[in-house]
Amino acid sequence: MEQKTYKTVGKSFRKKDSMQLLTGKPVYVDDVTPQNALVVKILRSPHANALVQEIKTDTAKKVPGVVDIYTWQDVPQTRFAIAGQTYPEPSPYDRLIIDRHIRFVGDVVAIVAAETEKAARKAMKLIKVKYEVLEAVLDFHTAKDNPILVHPEADWFPPCEVGGDNRRNLVASEVSSYGDVDAVMADCDIVLDRTYHTKAFNQAMMEPFICYTELDRYGRLHVVSSTQIVFHTRRILSRALGIPKSRIRVEKPRIGGGFGAKQTAVCDVYPAFVTMKTGRPAKISYTREEAQIAGSPRHEMEIRVRLGASKEGKIRAMDLYTLSNTGAYGEHGPTTVGLSGHKSIPLYTGSLEAHRFSYDVVYTNLQAAGAYRGYGATQGIFAVESAVNELAEMLGMDPTVIRDKNMVKEGMVMPAYYGESANACALDRCMEHCRRMFGWEERYPVRDMGNGKVRCAGVAMAMQGSCISNVDVGSATVKLSEDGTYNLIIGAADMGTGCDTILAQMVAECMDCELDDVAVFGADTDASPYDSGSYASSTTYITGKAVEKACTQLKDQIRAIAAEMLGCEKDAVVFERGRVRRIDTDQTVSLTDIAYKTQLGATLPAEATATHSSPVSPPPYMVGMVEIELDKLTGLVTILDYMAVVDCGIPINPALARIQTEGGIVQGIGHTLMENVTYDHRGRPIENSFLQYKLPTRLDMGRLRVEFEHSCEPTGPFGAKSIGEIVINTPAPAIAHAIYRATGVWHRELPITPEKVAMSLPEQK
Amino acid sequence: MEIKLKLNGKLIAGQAEADTVLLDFLRERGCFSVKRGCDTSNCGLCTVLMDGKPILSCATLAVRAEGHEIDTLEGLQEEASAFVGFIADQGADQCGFCNPGFVMNTIALLRENPDPTDDEIRAFLAGNLCRCSGYDGQLRGIRAFLDSRRG
Amino acid sequence: MITIQKYVRAQSLEEAWTLNQKRQNRILGGMLWLRLGKGSVNTAIDLCGLGLDTIEEDEEAYRIGAMVTLRQLELHEGLNAYTRGAVRNAVKDIVGVQFRNMATVGGSIWGRFGFSDVLTVFLGLDAYVELYKGGIVPLEEFAAMKKDNDLLLRLIVKKTPAGIVYTAMRNQRTDLPVITCAVSRVGGEYRACIGARPARAMVIRDENGLLSGGINADSAKAFAEYAAEKAPTEGNVRGSAAYRSHLIGVLTQRAALELGGI
Repeated sequence: MEQKTYKTVGKSFRKKDSMQLLTGKPVYVDDVTPQNALVVKILRSPHANALVQEIKTDTAKKVPGVVDIYTWQDVPQTRFAIAGQTYPEPSPYDRLIIDRHIRFVGDVVAIVAAETEKAARKAMKLIKVKYEVLEAVLDFHTAKDNPILVHPEADWFPPCEVGGDNRRNLVASEVSSYGDVDAVMADCDIVLDRTYHTKAFNQAMMEPFICYTELDRYGRLHVVSSTQIVFHTRRILSRALGIPKSRIRVEKPRIGGGFGAKQTAVCDVYPAFVTMKTGRPAKISYTREEAQIAGSPRHEMEIRVRLGASKEGKIRAMDLYTLSNTGAYGEHGPTTVGLSGHKSIPLYTGSLEAHRFSYDVVYTNLQAAGAYRGYGATQGIFAVESAVNELAEMLGMDPTVIRDKNMVKEGMVMPAYYGESANACALDRCMEHCRRMFGWEERYPVRDMGNGKVRCAGVAMAMQGSCISNVDVGSATVKLSEDGTYNLIIGAADMGTGCDTILAQMVAECMDCELDDVAVFGADTDASPYDSGSYASSTTYITGKAVEKACTQLKDQIRAIAAEMLGCEKDAVVFERGRVRRIDTDQTVSLTDIAYKTQLGATLPAEATATHSSPVSPPPYMVGMVEIELDKLTGLVTILDYMAVVDCGIPINPALARIQTEGGIVQGIGHTLMENVTYDHRGRPIENSFLQYKLPTRLDMGRLRVEFEHSCEPTGPFGAKSIGEIVINTPAPAIAHAIYRATGVWHRELPITPEKVAMSLPEQK
Repeated sequence: MEIKLKLNGKLIAGQAEADTVLLDFLRERGCFSVKRGCDTSNCGLCTVLMDGKPILSCATLAVRAEGHEIDTLEGLQEEASAFVGFIADQGADQCGFCNPGFVMNTIALLRENPDPTDDEIRAFLAGNLCRCSGYDGQLRGIRAFLDSRRG
Repeated sequence: MITIQKYVRAQSLEEAWTLNQKRQNRILGGMLWLRLGKGSVNTAIDLCGLGLDTIEEDEEAYRIGAMVTLRQLELHEGLNAYTRGAVRNAVKDIVGVQFRNMATVGGSIWGRFGFSDVLTVFLGLDAYVELYKGGIVPLEEFAAMKKDNDLLLRLIVKKTPAGIVYTAMRNQRTDLPVITCAVSRVGGEYRACIGARPARAMVIRDENGLLSGGINADSAKAFAEYAAEKAPTEGNVRGSAAYRSHLIGVLTQRAALELGGI
């Protein structure tokens, strides 16, 4: 593929904030907000389903330092959703700030505001609550049409029609299809019917949820939050608190990781409520336990795949049914589930004649799920890619070859992907590249290492999207300063991913200046142009395009100002590095002079704001291959080597794209092998700390190798697509495949712990 | 009770309750590099040096620091800046929330073992979790620094 | 989080002991799980000023002070030469360097935690504890005792001719173990020490003389099966009873073979 060369785009620059971060400067919410704000703590329910019969706070309120305690009687009675989504949200309005009906272990019973943490904790112990404990829905298989209703309330309200019905514990339900699945399936030589199960994995970003609120100098609610979604948070708070948006300002400083967790306004409403009640600055800082039990983790899903194929390995039909567990509240429930089919089935566009995809999303009395990197695609790809591996092994075909035959290729129309065309698709080259670099031929066969240990390999493909088509909006403002440097102002949220830097690279490219000449600011609802926020793999692709557009407009304006200075028409001048030149005379004016001109009796500003949205969501693609060593006696799986080749279009900053990939792979390894989410029989979460919820350490992830195959996405900025989410999708199916190769057993439920591996072997049964 | 200790090279005295943890004591004194990540001694975000040894400040009573030397990243800017740029070159700083603890422990490693192997680096830093980077970029950064020192 | 009213850095063992006789007072160890606890302590007694933070070696024994950290154990050349690295192997996967710089031998042994790598490895040696009032007690006996109000001063490891191999299974590299296992030959006696069952470590002696003819593939297997049979197991979040029993067999066999140089 022919590739344009750029000065700044496509190069690995340090993140603009990297030295601040690496030298420990105070840049996060808790560092930049007052340490003497009211401490906000939440008294949480010990029951999975209960009604608060009686709650006594008088003794607790007498604890010195306690300012106030709020219960269900004190809050507005308007239901709202805390999912960070474009209005009207697909997520149901099913929350109150404090509800009398408690729906999971960890749900909010009371809000305590105190001068110190110690006083707040003491008060929490003294609040007396009498619960009417109700039977709970803990098994998501039995949730639909269960007589026990998680949301029996009359004012449950879905802003969008997504097939939900609170009288059936149903948040959403849909069936979509293409072609005659049943007829094609009946005509297939082989029909594989398998069910896969993934858990409610926790994002476990290093900075737990945190939010600070105060009244600003105009008496408005000023919110400083660790959030991916400043504008959505403003709208959510406005509805929840019943105050106009003009009275709220939301900003984010640096964010200590999000991965989707902070695409939900998990904690913001509580300090905001306290500040509105008391008029005082307030801060809530979730403990790790709170982040584990009352956060916004992945949706647990069970996915049944029926896959029809010919004996030559042509994948002809696919029928998916996903049951998704949204937990006690519906955040992102109706939308995550869609990706389990829409971003797995199209991988096989090359051969599929028909497909069907149906789903139900159900309420249970467990922690509410939300958005997590991959957003349903991860679950669907584990199922579909595992099923394809099972098919290949059943047919005795090389699993990479079966994919060669069936995968989506550039130029194909994808009926399972909203009818979009694969305009830029290097999946075939990713496979070829990965096979070669990884040494698939040598590593795929099972090798006995002695002492019960074997080595072997597994493979998987993945896709994702880039933005939510026709929904996500990105905007950028670019301003020229007096010394010829620029300010870029965005509403997208850099949560460590480096989008501030990547977008500045685009400005530097467009304006033909150095990266250091671009200062970035974001995100603040008072100052930033509207952006739906950083999620859905949209920032590089959508906000990046807005940056490109804003730069084009700004150059045009700079030329207009310069033309006036040079006494000619705009079309008679050209924008060059650091200056504008009149073509016929070669006279020039510097950007500095132009900028000063805009400050002196000027009527044209040297700034531009542009907004972008996309009718398509071009998928990035990826191939992952893993080599493991498996100890058949202990069941221990050791990752030796993980090779990934990614097609994210043109990587704007290859170093950052590589780190995204490596980070996503290691999260995927964690979900596959060690991170578990279980509850006791009363619905209490077991993995409620990092002592129990085990993230991979640097000793658990083996060697990583990441390379790129470029494609050029015509609708993306500089040919870019997305990378943030797709990278988490291949480890589960690839590792499950390798484990099958080593043991002859398919594990269809995550995580695949050493015990499951060891105890599933025939000799252990 | 009042405690006296040497914080980043300066003798200081301060009030701490019996159960104030060192992490909170340090943040109250402007050492914002010290982060809280877990409460169960598992994440390494709160790593500081006590008498030169890396410890977890979230699990150390402030009163136990009485009479000891405590170093936070605020006091070791120069020592850190020798190598952190190499990590920035890899883009491995990412969200940055784990960085101070990880950088502090790397300082401890390099003082104890100025020329560690990759496996020694991994083993020494195993108690520093990072959810963004996948660890490999951090390792490449440290390796690049060590290689640059060798010339 | 545990709340503490008062902190005392004990000036003498007698002071520490006297304070520790009150039920609401508590000796501080490494404090690693301070924030996990929910209780309230009246006086926290710190032994850090009493010189219990050294490993002393003489011709007969290693005397390991209660305030010695796991990191000191890990780095101690004599102890690791004597155990051929078994002590280092037992502690090196415990969370991280920072944790091991804080966790104390006294805390690990006194706590008699089920998951303790430290207790497991030392049960495999000729080890004793020195108590302030209780005198010197064999570690195995101490491990079975109920917690009382005495002070643990030192762990004493006698230099009885011994060979020991330590191994453990972890679901994640720095997690608490699913099973700990030390197989040793101390003064001619073979033992398997099995911890994290999940109950505290226990010593299984080769009472049937399965290894009396030396360690080979068959005798190691027989001894491993014996150990798996003798060690009761239960299930918890890290593994079922059946898996733990299975692991005891696997790890004991492997450790025994390694001990036998096979």
